[in-house]
Amino acid sequence: MSDEPDGDAETDGGVRAYTVRLELVDEPGELLRALEPIANNGGNLLSIHHERGNLTPLGHIPVEVDVECPPHRFDGIVDALREAGVNVIQAGAERYGEEVNVVLVGQLVETDLSGTLAAIEDDAEAAVVDLSLAAPDGIEELSSARVRLAVDSDRIEDALSAVRSIADERNLSVVEPLPGGEA
Amino acid sequence: MRLAILGAGAVGRSVADLAPEYGHEVVALADSSHAVVDAAGIDAQSALGRKDAGEPLGDAEPEAVFDADYDVLVEATPTTLGDAEPGFSHVKRALEDDRHVVLANKGPVAERYEELRALEAESAGSVRFEATVGGAIPILSTIEDCTPESVTAVRGVLNGTANFILTRMAAEGLGYEHVLAEAQDLGVAEADPTFDVDGTDAALKFVILANVLADGGFSLEDADVSGIQNVPGSALELAAEDGRTIRLIGEATREGVRVGPRLVSENGPLAVTGTRNIVQIETRHAGSLHNSGRGAGGPETATAVLSDVGRLPRR
Repeated sequence: MSDEPDGDAETDGGVRAYTVRLELVDEPGELLRALEPIANNGGNLLSIHHERGNLTPLGHIPVEVDVECPPHRFDGIVDALREAGVNVIQAGAERYGEEVNVVLVGQLVETDLSGTLAAIEDDAEAAVVDLSLAAPDGIEELSSARVRLAVDSDRIEDALSAVRSIADERNLSVVEPLPGGEA
Repeated sequence: MRLAILGAGAVGRSVADLAPEYGHEVVALADSSHAVVDAAGIDAQSALGRKDAGEPLGDAEPEAVFDADYDVLVEATPTTLGDAEPGFSHVKRALEDDRHVVLANKGPVAERYEELRALEAESAGSVRFEATVGGAIPILSTIEDCTPESVTAVRGVLNGTANFILTRMAAEGLGYEHVLAEAQDLGVAEADPTFDVDGTDAALKFVILANVLADGGFSLEDADVSGIQNVPGSALELAAEDGRTIRLIGEATREGVRVGPRLVSENGPLAVTGTRNIVQIETRHAGSLHNSGRGAGGPETATAVLSDVGRLPRR
């Protein structure tokens, strides 16, 4: 998130975040080769999820890349990727503008963590882009999870309120970010 | 001005002690069972010395304070919830006698704000209560100077005990219970820290702020409050992975009051450490203002009481 949320700072008609799913041949330098067309065409890399150990039906490695760019540049990025010979499986229908972190606390594992995350993706209309779990005293004790969500900029408050009610139902507590107030 | 002080705890004592330095005179001082009253000015040191030795402060009844010839009643008795008694009745009586009132007691301002303002409207005296929110930090007078109408929200850390606990947990990787026990040893946390760690104390202050912004309408019941008792060390570690930390943050707007553990930027202004307090006052025309300092303590809070006395019109 930027330090100063300021609508006037937008240029080129506003910046959106997109998810691009690629598959790469497992060879040195492939990842860099796939990222260059994005950077060269005005895309800002938000996160890269390199699913090593997971293979696509073609025997390639799936990689999920979150990119931020003005909408009219996105097609150019996808074209450039294809021109560079990168296999683009999916080019972001999602339109996420901001990332927010929440920390969930409670019996996370026993209350079905993956179910909680799925509920967040559905009800909060957010994409879970990163997850970090800490259960220092074992999964039966109190554990914490930091969940990074990509959310459409206009819907942050709605998304957080959906996360709140999901947590309530599952008897978890949520440590929310402080929107706007974090100067 | 001539001060009558109700309450001989840390704040009442410090007010009695510091009043002469601010050019004021103490003519009455009472605890819950006794009072010392002297139109020529009381000797606070010897009265408090007697109390420390287990004797009565003085030989008068606490009631006698109201018969003293005072200009300002300093209400520094402990905060009570619900009907905010006996603090509220003390304030009522002073205003009905056309005296000024300066509160250090949060109860009447958080729980019975409209009644308080109605009494003030009928009285020749005024009510001020800077000391109820953030000790020495000038929060209410800053809002007053900006005019409450142009302030859109107030956010921040207004409980030193909870902040101390979260800071130590994050810095040392220790658990809540461990740090709480340490805080009690250091005298930062009370033997019964419930009000501090469950968010009630911070909520009372943000309820007062919401009342000031909206000119009434809020009490503790209207606040959405959660505490820090269930924040495990692991949550602080996860927050740190991303340059964040967790603080017990209150928010007051004209729409409501919310207090709970929130993620804030580790190097941001709201991530104050130890027992330090901070508020961010969001204004319509001047962006955000930050006031930080000591939010508790006898001399600190007494400083806020005496600043209020200085802002009162002369009688």
